[in-house]
Formats: sequence, structure tokens, C-alpha cells
Amino acid sequence: MSTHTLSVLVENVPGVLARVAGLFSRRGFNIESLAVGPTENPEVSRMTIVVAVEELPLEQVTKQLNKLINVIKIVELEQATSVQRELLLVKVRADATVRSQVLETVQLFRAKVVDAAPEALTIEATGTSDKLSALLRMLEPYGVREIVQSGMVAVGRGSRSITAAAPR
Amino acid sequence: MTSATSRSAPATPSPAQPSARPKPAPPAGTPVRLTGAQSLVRSLEAMGVEVVFGIPGGTILPAYDPLLDSTKVRHVLVRHEQGAGHAATGYAQATGKVGVCMATSGPGATNLVTPLADANMDSVPVVAITGQQSRGLIGTDAFQEADICGITMPITKHNFLVKDPAEIPRAIAEAFHLAATGRPGPVLVDIPKDVLQELTSFSWPPELRLPGYRPTLRPHGKQVREAARLISQARRPVLYVGGGVIKADACAQLAELAEVTGIPVVTTLMARGAFPDSHRQHLGMPGMHGSVAAVAAMQRADLLIALGARFDDRVTGRLDSFAPDAAVVHADIDPAEISKNRKADVPIVGDCAEIIAELADAVRAEIDRDGRTDLGPWWTQLESWRETFPAGYEWPTDGTLSPQYVIERIGALVGPDAIYAAGVGQHQMWAAQFVKYEQPRTWINSGGLGTMGFAVPAAMGAKFGHPDKQVWAIDGDGCFQMTNQELATCAIEGAPIKVAVINNGNLGMVRQWQNLFYEQRYSNTDLGTHKHRIPDFTLLAEALGCAGLRCETKGEVDEIIQRAMEINDRPVVIDFVVGKDAQVWPMVGPGAGNDEVMAARGIRPLFDDDEVSK
Repeated sequence: MSTHTLSVLVENVPGVLARVAGLFSRRGFNIESLAVGPTENPEVSRMTIVVAVEELPLEQVTKQLNKLINVIKIVELEQATSVQRELLLVKVRADATVRSQVLETVQLFRAKVVDAAPEALTIEATGTSDKLSALLRMLEPYGVREIVQSGMVAVGRGSRSITAAAPR
Repeated sequence: MTSATSRSAPATPSPAQPSARPKPAPPAGTPVRLTGAQSLVRSLEAMGVEVVFGIPGGTILPAYDPLLDSTKVRHVLVRHEQGAGHAATGYAQATGKVGVCMATSGPGATNLVTPLADANMDSVPVVAITGQQSRGLIGTDAFQEADICGITMPITKHNFLVKDPAEIPRAIAEAFHLAATGRPGPVLVDIPKDVLQELTSFSWPPELRLPGYRPTLRPHGKQVREAARLISQARRPVLYVGGGVIKADACAQLAELAEVTGIPVVTTLMARGAFPDSHRQHLGMPGMHGSVAAVAAMQRADLLIALGARFDDRVTGRLDSFAPDAAVVHADIDPAEISKNRKADVPIVGDCAEIIAELADAVRAEIDRDGRTDLGPWWTQLESWRETFPAGYEWPTDGTLSPQYVIERIGALVGPDAIYAAGVGQHQMWAAQFVKYEQPRTWINSGGLGTMGFAVPAAMGAKFGHPDKQVWAIDGDGCFQMTNQELATCAIEGAPIKVAVINNGNLGMVRQWQNLFYEQRYSNTDLGTHKHRIPDFTLLAEALGCAGLRCETKGEVDEIIQRAMEINDRPVVIDFVVGKDAQVWPMVGPGAGNDEVMAARGIRPLFDDDEVSK
């Protein structure tokens, strides 16, 4: 099964997240990740949904999504032609003996430390899920105490905008 | 209205003359001050609503007050909200207009869940209006609070929770627009009590704001031409007609396409009446209990032209062995139906009336240019199936009355101008097989959801839509016991429907499956309606203000049907006491492929005899 990233423009109205989530569960489609946020237009929200399906079921996913009255537009973002990012916050055990080694890893991944305590560091990193997994693998030996990770957000490369053409 | 709520004096009606209603309608666009409830009733009037089926209760109460004064909207007080929902569906199916039902919050609203799910599966335009707890109480588990928008999200086309009285006209206009256009479906509008009570301004028409709703109506010309090419070249084509053709009012176009092409037609359970049963090209209903000719034609077809149909499992049987040699042209207004179950070679999205009309023109052009493909050998094959396996039934050997005979006689005596509604089960299949339909919107049933108890309230709704037509509910004794309370509504509100209870004393279809697939172990299918005569349907009918008749022998059948037709001052219930062992045939067993269609028990025309012209 392959993963597909869908950018979904929806009306910014109550219940729209429930409609989308409910559709996925009742039609038996698996959501790998879902992120919702505002857009430059206050009446429109944007969802980035990562689904793990084959081509034909993907067609059903988008057609069924399109049937939701509050869904305005759906675009599939290909990995090669879009920028895809997730945000990771991770709390790592790092006392004085290993702190500099941990900081070296942080620099290697162009991540940053957002909180420090005598026994632990909290690290913020953004990137593709592959990069974040690699970072976590590197941090694991020190003792990962807590992880929180966002869903993926993505935007197409180039000057074109998918929201510009959205009818009002 | 309390004076404490009327803050702004200018536009409020003078309290000195509370009986000054009904007021003349203001010119369009001019705002008027009134309550949310009045705004709701004005909106319904503006949408042309003639009848609303419902029951009042705590939170919807404010809406019922202005409803009392409406001279345009008639409210029919039903006995159970499920009855209101199915009545709205029956009304919509019979008239093509939007059916409207109304209920209070909590249990009133949840009682609408079954009819909404039913209307959703069968794409019926219905608007449900429900009361909701006041805004400040939502989310507090208040008395009769239920999150009906959350509950009905998966079983409606769309729903609204109206939080501002100023939004009521727009919500109602959008609800009707959504229900009736594109692929029709049910829409629920949930309105909190305090929103109905609050003062607001009303103006009509409101502006619709549905940026994500743009149904495709015009078909793509290239797709139509490609389909026409396939149609004119096919040697074994079949027109597979679904309920969408009736929804789109495309029956005249269908008749033309059929005549132009000479292609055989099958009409699904939802499409009975879309093409006249008396037409030579009509092979009957396909599917699990379809005619052998219809099932066999699809199995051996080289082209299926699916029009407003959705390749339901009850039609296709095992999908991987369904119509194995057929290319598929699939026309539907809902793009999600295309290639959902069966891959379409030529998809056409659009309104069926436009598609079929354009197809007929395009095929005619093909024929004019390249001549006509000879369908003679195909028709020879089809005629042979039709003659060898005609629709039929055997009389029970135990001397009991044949249910098929009863239904056949009702169809013959009542005729094709009447409207027939059915419940779900054996009687439904027999009513689909043995009543002959000649016109659209004369056959109303619960196809997708399979809702037992559908017949009586749906017939009631149809009768309110067509008071001048005879409306017959062909019901089972199991179904009838689920919703017969609406006969009281029919008797009091003046809807003299006829109900033919095909009483075999059992949950007949379940019993048939137990007979065929569970070694005749009849677990919980005997309702005792024969054994104990509980309830006595004639007495029950009388108690509900209807005439009650009973028929137990073949000799009485015609006479009793005639007598029922003569009673028009109240509803009639006929208790047709029939044998319990009659079965619905032909049949494709559950999980079987359509090649295994059995004309009767053990007789498999396609499976056993594979000498088919290819």
C-alpha cells in the first residue's frame, strides 16, 4: 500500500472535522495523519490528510470527500513536487555527562533546543517523517522520555496556489 | 412573545392586535421583524411546502404556534416520528417534490434516524426539521437533548445546526436545494428552541452559500460519443436502468433511447415503472430475485449501459463473476458511484435526462453513418430465456391461498394508474414481480436500507401527494405490525389508503432463508398471527378507524379487492391469510454468482446449460 497526501480545502464551519474523520472511518479508509489549520482566507480551513491506500480506493476517497458539502477542493500533492513537513518535540534524558553529545546530534539535524533542565533537554525539529525518524533513532540511546509529533502539512512547489482558485 | 424579549420597538407588530394575522406577504427582499419560528414557517411557505408530517414536543413547540396560522402549509399529526419520516419519503417518491417532516429534540429526532437512513440509501429528497435544546443548554445533557446532527451525519446528504435566527431562511433554502438537486437525499435542519423564540428579521429569497456544492449536470460530449460508439457496435447490449432515471424524470428519454437502439431493458427494484412492463423490450427486474431473462441477459451481455444505477450487491451477486464479458458505460449524477463497485469503461457524469437524450441523438447519428448492428441473434437468445423461464409460481400443495396470486390480482384489478407501496420481504419481491408497472412513481419501496414497516406510512405520504389516486400498501404481517399506528393518522386526517396485508403468519423472507440455508430450523420467525390470530387484523383495522376485511380463499380474492376499492371514506385493511411455505423465485443465493441463478429450487438455467451464443 502506498501513502498519498491530500490537501483539502474546507469551509471553516463547526463539525467539518467530524464530517471528514467520520467519512474515513465509515468507509474503511485509514488516515495516517491529519492536520487542520487556517488559511489566508478566514472562511476556509485547510486539511492535510495522509492516507495509505492503492490508486483505485484513493479515487473513491477523493470522490467521497468531494461529496461532503463543506469540502471545497481536493488536491493530491506528490512527494516530488511538494514540500512536506512535520513538527516534532522530544524530551531526551541528558545530564552533564552526555549533554554535549546530544547537542551535537541536535546540530546535525538542524534542530534546536527549546527547553533545558539539569536532567533533560527538549528538542524541536521539523522535517519529513524520514528525517524525524532518523533523529529519533539517534536520540534513543540517551533515553527518550516523551515525544509529541504533529500531522504532516504540505504545500506544492512553485508559484501556483491551490487556494487562489477556490471559489468563494 | 413576552415584552421582555422585544428590545427594538420599531418593526415589532403591535401587541394590541395579536389576531391581525395572516399578514400580506411583504415584497421580496424587504426584511420583516418576526420570531425565528415565524421565520421558519414563512421559509417553508416560500419553498412551496404543502404538507409537513410531524409531532410537536418541548423544543419544537415555538414552531408549531405560527404553523397553526399558516394557510399554505398543512401539518399532518402522525403517531410516531418514524411514520413522519417515511410519509415524507412516500410523498417525495410519489410526487418528485421534497418531502418534509418535523420532530422535537431527543427521542423525536432519534425516531427520524431510520427514515433518514432509508431516504439516504434510496436518494430521496427529504427535509427534516428538528427542535433542539436552547443554545445555552447544548452539551449539558439537558432534558431531551440529543446531538442529532452528529447522529445523522453519516445518514444524511447534509445537516445544519442553526445557531442564529437570522440564518433560518438561508438554512431552509439551502436544505431544500441540497435535498432536491444533484443526487437527491435527506437534509436535516436542527434549530434550538431559543433560536425559534428570538426576534429576528426575515427576508426572502436568501442568498445560498454552498461553495463546495456544484453538481455536474451536463454530460461530457466526448464521453457521450464514446458511449454511443460502444452502444452502436455492441452485439449483446443491455440497458441497466436504476432509480436515478425516475429521480431525473428521464423516462421519456429512456423510452426513446430504447426504441432507437432496440436494446433490451432491465429495471432494478428502485426503477420499476421507469420503463413500461408491457413493452416488448422489457426483460424485467435483475438481481437476487430478478427474472431469469434479466439476470441471464446481464451475465451474457457484451455491454451494460448503466443509467442511474449503482451496481448494488443485490443486483450483481458475486461481483467477480458479474457480467464477465461486458464493457460498462456508467451514467450517474454522483461521480462517486462510478467505478465504486464495477469499473466503468466509459464513465458519464451528469443528469440522466440530459445524458440519455444526448445518447439517443449520438446513437442515431452512429446508426445513420455506419448502419445498425444486428441484434437478432441476441433477441433470439433473450426470447428463449423469457419463454422457458417466465415469471410464475406454484400453488401451495396444502390448499392455502397463494400470496403471489393475491398480489397479481391486486395489480390486475387496481391497474397501472394506482400507486403501490411495499414493506420489505417476500411480499415486496412479489409486488415487484407480479404487479405490472407502466409509469414512473407508481412503485414506492425501501430498496437500499430494506426498512420493514415502510409501506403504511409511505403509502400515507403518497396519498397526501396524490389524493386523487388510489394508493395501495402491499404489506407483510411482520412489517404491518411495526408501523400500523399510522392508520389512525390516515383515518383522522383523511387519507383513505388500502392496505393488503399478505399475512403468512411468519417473517416470510427470513423463514425462506431458514428453509433454504438453515436446514428448516425456524428460529423465531413464527409471529403467531396464524396460530393465535393475534392481532386480529380486521379488528385492529376497525379499532384504528379503518374498514377491516379478510380473505382466505381463492374464490373471494377478486370480490374482496373490488369491495376494498369501493370504500373511499376511510382506509381499508385486508387480511389476506396466505400459506407460509410460498417462496420467492427466481433466486441467486447469498454469496453466489449470478450464473447460478435458480429459476426454481435446483433449476439453474445458466449454470447447467452453458450453450450460449457468444
